[in-house]
Parts: sequence; C-alpha cells; structure tokens
Amino acid sequence: MAKSILNKLQFISDENLIDIEQAKADGRSVIGFYCMYTPSEMAIAANAIPVPLCGTRNDPIAAAEEILPRNLCPLIKSSFGFATTGTCPFFKLSDIIIGDTTCDGKKKMFELLSRYKPTYVLQLPQNQDMFTALPFWHAELQRFRKIIEAHSGVAITEDGLRAAIRLMNRTRNSIKALMDVNKARPVLLSGSQLLEILFKVEFLADKEKGIKLMEEVIAQAHSGAFRSKTAGSGTGRRILLTGVPVGLGSDKVVKIVEQSGADVVAFENCSGYKKAFVVDEKKDPMEALAEQYLATPCSVMSPNDKRFDLLKDLIQEFSVDGVIDLTWQACHTYNVEAFGIGEFVQKTFGMPTLHLETDYAESDTEQLRVRIEAYLEML
Amino acid sequence: MRFAGIDIGSRTIELVIVNEAGQIVESRQADTGFNPQMEAGKLINGVSYDRIMATGYGRNLFEISFDAPTVTEIKTHARGARAFFPDARTVLDIGGQDSKAISMFENGRVKKFEMNDRCAAGTGKFLEIMARTLGYDIESFGLQALMAKKDLNISSMCTVFAESEVTSLIAGGQNRQEIARGLHTSVIRRAAGMINRVSSEGDIVFTGGVAKNPCMRALLAEKLGRDILVPEDPQLVGAFGAALLAGEIQ
Ligand code: SF4
Ligand code: SF4
Repeated sequence: MAKSILNKLQFISDENLIDIEQAKADGRSVIGFYCMYTPSEMAIAANAIPVPLCGTRNDPIAAAEEILPRNLCPLIKSSFGFATTGTCPFFKLSDIIIGDTTCDGKKKMFELLSRYKPTYVLQLPQNQDMFTALPFWHAELQRFRKIIEAHSGVAITEDGLRAAIRLMNRTRNSIKALMDVNKARPVLLSGSQLLEILFKVEFLADKEKGIKLMEEVIAQAHSGAFRSKTAGSGTGRRILLTGVPVGLGSDKVVKIVEQSGADVVAFENCSGYKKAFVVDEKKDPMEALAEQYLATPCSVMSPNDKRFDLLKDLIQEFSVDGVIDLTWQACHTYNVEAFGIGEFVQKTFGMPTLHLETDYAESDTEQLRVRIEAYLEML
Repeated sequence: MRFAGIDIGSRTIELVIVNEAGQIVESRQADTGFNPQMEAGKLINGVSYDRIMATGYGRNLFEISFDAPTVTEIKTHARGARAFFPDARTVLDIGGQDSKAISMFENGRVKKFEMNDRCAAGTGKFLEIMARTLGYDIESFGLQALMAKKDLNISSMCTVFAESEVTSLIAGGQNRQEIARGLHTSVIRRAAGMINRVSSEGDIVFTGGVAKNPCMRALLAEKLGRDILVPEDPQLVGAFGAALLAGEIQ
C-alpha cells in the first residue's frame, strides 16, 4: 500500500515535467527560485509556474568547482553546477531565475549565474524589524512583482494574489499535517520517507495534485501503512534535525541516524517546518506576503530569535530525545549560530545537541556514524 | 564469567578479557592490516569468553561477521578511563586516525565530546608522517622532541602542508629536535582547544597510542597547567572499556 503511493509519486514527478513543458507551450512562464524567501504566490498570481531549482546532489559539484572556489558551501556549488552542466531540468525550463541575498556565497554566485539565464536577486534585509526592515522588504517585493509581470505578460491583481495565497496556504497546511503525523509515538513515517515526499511534492507545478497526494499519504500513515523496521519500531530515539536544508542526495545524516536505530521525527529547517507557515489571508496581500516571508527564521537574519522559538516549540510538540544541528561546510551563519543553539537546547531542555559539519560527499560517512552513534548512546 | 572487548582501530586491533571483577586477565594486540575482519578473527581465535563487545572503526564489520553488540569509541574510552581512574571527568584520546576529547558527568556518563574532522591533522598519523620526514622512528620521536632547547613554530596543521613546511625548515638548516618539538606543540595546542570546548573540570586522562609519547604528555600537562593521568597501556583503554561494557549488558 505504502509502496503504491511512492510509485504514484514517482509517476506524478515524471508527469510533472511534461505538465510544465505543456504549460510553457501554452505561453505560461516558468520562474525558477532557490530559497524560502521567494514568494511563489506572486508567480502563481501571474499564471506562471514557480519551480524550486536543484541543488541537493553531489554530482555537479566537480563541474561547479571549475569556476567557483572549492571551499564554498556544497549547496551553492551544487546549484551552480546543475545550472552550468544543464542537468537540472527545472533550470532548463525556467524563463527567469530568482535569487536572494541569504548569504554572501549565493549573492556572488548569482552574479555568475546570470550569464546562463536572466537572474534577478531579491535584496533581503538583515533583520526582521517591523519599522526598518519590513518597509524595505515590502518595496523589494513590489519590484519583484513588476519583474514577474513583465516576464509573464500578466498583470498581478489583488484577487489573483488572494487566490494564490489561499492555494499556497492549503499546500502549507497539508505539509504541516503531513509532518505532524510523526507527533505520534511510535512514529508513523520514517524521516527519510517524509523528506522524499516533501521534496518531490515541492517540485510539482500542479499544487492541487500535491495536496491530494499529501492527504493520501497522511491517511495511509495514520492507518500504519508506512510502518516498517526503520519507522515506528517504537524503541528508537526521537531526533529533531535543525540547521541547513537537506534534500534527496544530501540526506546522508538522516540515513545514518535511521541506520543507527533512531527516528528523525521533525525537521526544523527549510526542507521541513519552515515550509509550514501560512500567510495571513485577511490582510492586504502584499503586506501579508512581506510580513510572512520576512519572518522566515533563517540564519541570515541577525538576530535570528525566531529560530530559537520554533526549535523550542518543535522539541516540545514532537517530544524529541535529541537534537542534531547540521551545517554545510563553509556556511558561516549556521556554523556560528550552532554555538547558541547548543547552549539554548542544553539550558532549556537539559539535553545535549550534536553539531555536525559536512558536505554532500560520502567520504566522511564513517566519521559521521561514530559521532551520531556516540550521541545516541549519550541520550 | 569472562568478558571480551575488541577495539578495531585504523592501525591496530586490541583485545582485552576481563574477569567478573573487571580486572584485565588477558590482552592481545595486532596490526589492522588490509583485512580487519580477518585480523580480528585471528586475534579472538582460541580465546575463551562469555560475551564480546566490539568498538572502533571496524565495529560494524565485526558485528556482521561475529554477531556481537557494538559500542562507539567515545563510550568505551570514557568507561575504560573511568575504571583506571575513578575521578576522571575528561578523556583525551589520540589514536592513529582521529583524536577526541570527551567529558563525563560525575557518574561517568558521557556529557559531551569533540572529534577532529576528516583529515589527519592532530592525530597519530600526523606525528608518524612528521617523524618520518625528520628521519626519526616513532618510538624515539617524542624523546628527541623533549630534548629540544626551544620550540620552532610550525604553522600548518594540514599534514601535506606541514610536511613541506618541515622540509623547508630542514633545508634552512634548523635544528631537527626543535622542529620535532614544534610539531608536538602544534598537535597539543589543538588537543587543548578540544579539551577546553568539552570541559575543564576534574581529572584528565590521556589515552590512545599517542599517549605513549612522553613529549605529548609533558606538553599537555604544561599547556593545561595540571597533571595528566595516563594508564599503563593507554592503547588498551578502548578495548578494556568495551570488555567492561560487555559485562554490564543486562
Ligand atoms: S536556510 Fe535560509 S538561505 Fe537556506 S533555503 Fe532556508 S531561507 Fe533560504
Ligand atoms: S547553507 Fe549557508 S552557505 Fe549554503 S547557501 Fe545556505 S545560507 Fe548559504
């Protein structure tokens, strides 16, 4: 049963590319983006298709290193390598690329990326202050709106925005409901299964298909269909993963945790819970979008208090036994923030955290295994 | 009852047998070689025990072929160090391929640990390569370094870079013993940093093959400004801890 849904997911993912090609042939534009800070509602309101771009696999990194420095975050190198080697179908299909200034490495990488596709970079404020940062960000989203309108040839109306917000909120609610499945004890879905589903659904152009699929998974999970040796033995430690985003190809830490007999029950990162915030439907849509997107608790923000709040909520709600904080090599913001995160979790919950710094390559798997197993022994 | 612990490290394998009172009754050692599974098999051949526990980087292979429970080096070094020195709160273990600092709660449970990252910087391997570059054998390397009148600063921690740095110091006519001393100091500086990140309280036990090096011991004590405890055979601590843990399985 569980298998059939995963097959279906595979099938929909393949179909998705054809859907996007068809939409393009019908004159709709495709907007590629990299990060949580890009409001996909804006694209949807312009009848365009927002697609996240590839950047979670190790394969294209060698090619990227022909241009980019080696000591750069693997996420940036992977994203760039996918683009330059033409191996990310979504990049190929995108008419324009939206970047963001979430870190210095990305910021400069986008300058080079603009040689391959028209690239627009959203300038982010460095904090979430309502009086200084929000007006700036609001203005930036107005600029973004004009870019989208110009490229899609469709004027974004207030009604269009409202409808897009409603649609995306429904998606986010499903994402949240899907993740909340693992509040159950024993867990109903393994962390890697959850990750795979969220990852693939994210790429779907047809949001309704994604919502339907997630609803099916939720129903089946509750009936115990996904319970297997890795998920739901009930004996494993419950781990929360925080830090940088992970995706298919960069999920080795999740796999090692599971191989060591524990469950990853919650993801406090952009591949997990940060996807679940809903936009206020009652406010002026542009204002509501600006507010909610600015509130993303990413380490680019200084200070980044909201991450601590979210972490605290999730540790309680998912009654976790341990917290693993993941940093990609050369990601300074998450790496530095790790100290405060470790201290906060220790003080608030009396629980040690495990901070891991790695990249996408498999070469340190055994070293990671020692650290992870030793951490699990400590809990 | 006899309990066995086997520590399959990157360079050597140790086997320790303890009796019910937790005393070491037998120990063996072998080089890991290219086939750790086979070497481990040879080592346990003919030894009698009631239960065995595996640790070290080869523990998972051992688990598969000999159906034994496994435990990480972190826990076994903490357990072993504690058995030798009941007041120990911190362990520094420098082995062939990695180095770690472990702090414990008063009751001996692991509280926090730090490990070097994937390269050989700050490990036994680093010292071994540097000894070779300087033309010393590994046994006398520490003694030679101890005899130096001063420290020559070595700035690279990367094994490859440090090797060229050492080569150019030799070419520049610098004293070999002083270079050796500088190399020891650079490893200790790093180790001390790791210890300070995990804790700074209680007695410190130095384990692993590198703890046999007298210069390392002296410099560590000097750097931390206090005594360092070293078990008689620091290389056995992991296997000893595993044997004790084998006896504690419910
Ligand atoms: S962690 Fe920050 S930079 Fe990375 S995807 Fe999330 S919001 Fe963007
Ligand atoms: S993980 Fe860090 S360095 Fe890498 S892209 Fe995200 S913010 Fe930038």
